Amino acid sequence: MEDRILLAHGSGGKLGHDLIEKNFVPALGNPILNKLDDSAVFELCGRLAFTTDSYTVSPIFFPGGDIGKLAVCGTVNDLAMNGATPLYLSLSFIIEEGLPVTELEKIVNSIYQAADEAGVKIVTGDTKVVNQGTADKLFINTSGVGIVPAGVDISGANAMPGDKVILSGSLGDHGIAVLSKRQGFEFNVPIESDCAPLNRLVADILATSDNLHCLRDPTRGGLATTLNEFARQSQVGIRIDEASLPINEAVLAACELLGFDPLYVANEGKLVAVVAPPDADKVLASMKQNRYGTKASIIGEVVSEHPGKVVMKTYLGSSRIVDMLVGELLPRIC
Amino acid sequence: MKFIDEYRNQELGKKLVDRIHHQSTKPIKLMEFCGGHTVAIFKHGLRQLLPQTIKMLSGPGCPVCVTANSDLDKAIALAHLPNVIITTFGDMLRVPGSYSSLQLAKAEGSDVRVVYSAQDAVFIARDNPDKSVIFIGIGFETTAPTIAASIQQAEQEGIDNYYVLSLHKLCPPIMKALLDLGEVRLDGIICPGHVSAIIGSHPYKFIPDDYGIACVVSGFEPLDILLSVDRLVNQIETEQPKVEIAYRRGVKPEGNQPALKLMDNVFEICEANWRGIGPVPLSGLRLNQKYQRFDAENSFDIDPGPSREPEGCICGSILRGVSTPLDCKLFGKACTPVCPVGPCMVSSEASCATYYHYGADYGG
Amino acid sequence: MCLAIPALVKSIEGQQAVVEIGGVTRQASIQLTPEVKVGDYVLLHTGYAINVIDPVEAEETLKLLRELSEVY
Repeated sequence: MEDRILLAHGSGGKLGHDLIEKNFVPALGNPILNKLDDSAVFELCGRLAFTTDSYTVSPIFFPGGDIGKLAVCGTVNDLAMNGATPLYLSLSFIIEEGLPVTELEKIVNSIYQAADEAGVKIVTGDTKVVNQGTADKLFINTSGVGIVPAGVDISGANAMPGDKVILSGSLGDHGIAVLSKRQGFEFNVPIESDCAPLNRLVADILATSDNLHCLRDPTRGGLATTLNEFARQSQVGIRIDEASLPINEAVLAACELLGFDPLYVANEGKLVAVVAPPDADKVLASMKQNRYGTKASIIGEVVSEHPGKVVMKTYLGSSRIVDMLVGELLPRIC
Repeated sequence: MKFIDEYRNQELGKKLVDRIHHQSTKPIKLMEFCGGHTVAIFKHGLRQLLPQTIKMLSGPGCPVCVTANSDLDKAIALAHLPNVIITTFGDMLRVPGSYSSLQLAKAEGSDVRVVYSAQDAVFIARDNPDKSVIFIGIGFETTAPTIAASIQQAEQEGIDNYYVLSLHKLCPPIMKALLDLGEVRLDGIICPGHVSAIIGSHPYKFIPDDYGIACVVSGFEPLDILLSVDRLVNQIETEQPKVEIAYRRGVKPEGNQPALKLMDNVFEICEANWRGIGPVPLSGLRLNQKYQRFDAENSFDIDPGPSREPEGCICGSILRGVSTPLDCKLFGKACTPVCPVGPCMVSSEASCATYYHYGADYGG
Repeated sequence: MCLAIPALVKSIEGQQAVVEIGGVTRQASIQLTPEVKVGDYVLLHTGYAINVIDPVEAEETLKLLRELSEVY
């Protein structure tokens, strides 16, 4: 009979303590976490970056990753997108009663691997268990703190006309990989989620240029939404070139099948950097040296025309607006 | 991707545009009937490449947009029934009916599931024998045969908890009704490519024969559409309107006979209620006598209440090609994709959403 | 309306086929195209093959496109 998570695991009693001491601490342990106090106590000096995110992806296991890896990378990346060096994460589980323990163990292992790669420590956590049917297998929340080095000022409001827009790699891998496993859509794609911690890629960029103006990872809503955010925050126009967008053939094919536009499909291991023109080429070169930036390319530039709007030059040389995502990305028949 | 990439060739596209510019000497109005063509035209920015002499209008070929509120209200009423799973294409989820939407019904606790295929709905019925699984059947002749196939599959596999709410509509009758309204003087029509894959090209013969309007059956890639515009301009400039198939790799003049036969086995033609146009005889499909037990409308007792249309919404006249979204007082203000008033702002291929999404300023 | 894309038929079992486009594979029903063979390309619409693509006509169309674009 398979071991499953029970309501009792979340009630603060012996079962819960066993779970922490036998499953979580051995995998994630460090001097701060191991104390198992009510809060994690540590010293930090400097400008702090602080972020939080909740992860509800379904299915919880998908090609290239799982909800655990996502929960670490997503929060690490949010810190990195402001130029911060990520340091410590909190980890909260809301587990649906009945989740097999082996699945939880796999996810905890993924969390360990991702945290180890990113160089962050899980220093505090919480576990709740809810009745069957009230959570979709597992929800995770992670909050994170990091330190922003002196002199680093990255914001969506900093884009200036003339800046170049650089994308770190192919679009849509994560969204399509996850959707391919969702009930009702099953199709097989030779694509894995691109879920990855990008803090070292960001550090490489910062080491190359003092003129990084904007940085964001195009997650839900895709590249289109991120670029629109920059355009609105900075009150500039952005022009991109359809022919320069890196997209894997399988992602294109899946998008054609479902009626999606790859510009709106989520990514979890990509970033968009807006850089002053003199530094664009060297930033690009440095990104290509990093394993998560090998396919980086300049996809467009910032302009003073049409402030707040993003315009794309199509394959045929015409132009069209690229709007933000509205609502959910739903497959269509038309 | 084979049979796609070749029809996106930039070089050929530019040359074809040049050719159209050279050929087109007089002002003409072309309508792309099909919503899929509207999306493709806007997505590739084709309108701005065409000469000033050519004015493009979008037609009512969007099955979501032409679904009347009274029909949508039926779907929502079914969603409120106990022990029911509503299965629907994604297109319908956010469309506002008279009082609610399938998305709202879902948020209120109804089991509403988006499926990619009617076959998936049959599988859901098979896996949930204690529930009634109702499929919201929208779409024209491209989709209707797939729903007919799903019903036959349910019959063959002895699945007795699968139902269809048939809101299917037919293209040639509505094209005729539109032309008979005489509100817009058209010179040419870009005919729907995938509807024609099923019905062939013969059903459009009345358009050049009775109305003198040029017709080309078009594919959906940029080169397909440009080729179709080129062929239409040629027909119009030489005053030789006819039905021509430009999408020869996908459409035969006689259509897909097995698909037509399957549709005939399961459906019968009836009057349908078209938003913005009203009831049009012999323009819809309902399940025939033999398949009555799969008909959701007859199998469940529902009272959707009186239907009502949103005030100020001119979806109807936009669908008929009489107005554009820019003529609507609500467009971009009270009616946006975030809070749509009418279906033309919700459906991904409808005029208003397309204009808003791709930028009316850029002319598509 | 009517999103349908060209997909290659990789295998057939009864009324179901496995089709492939750009490396993506999916189950599809061939109830509407019973004459289809492995190696054919079909138009895939909502999980059903709605027509078999004619590769000869496809090539003819490309040829026509090239010819037309030479004229001006």
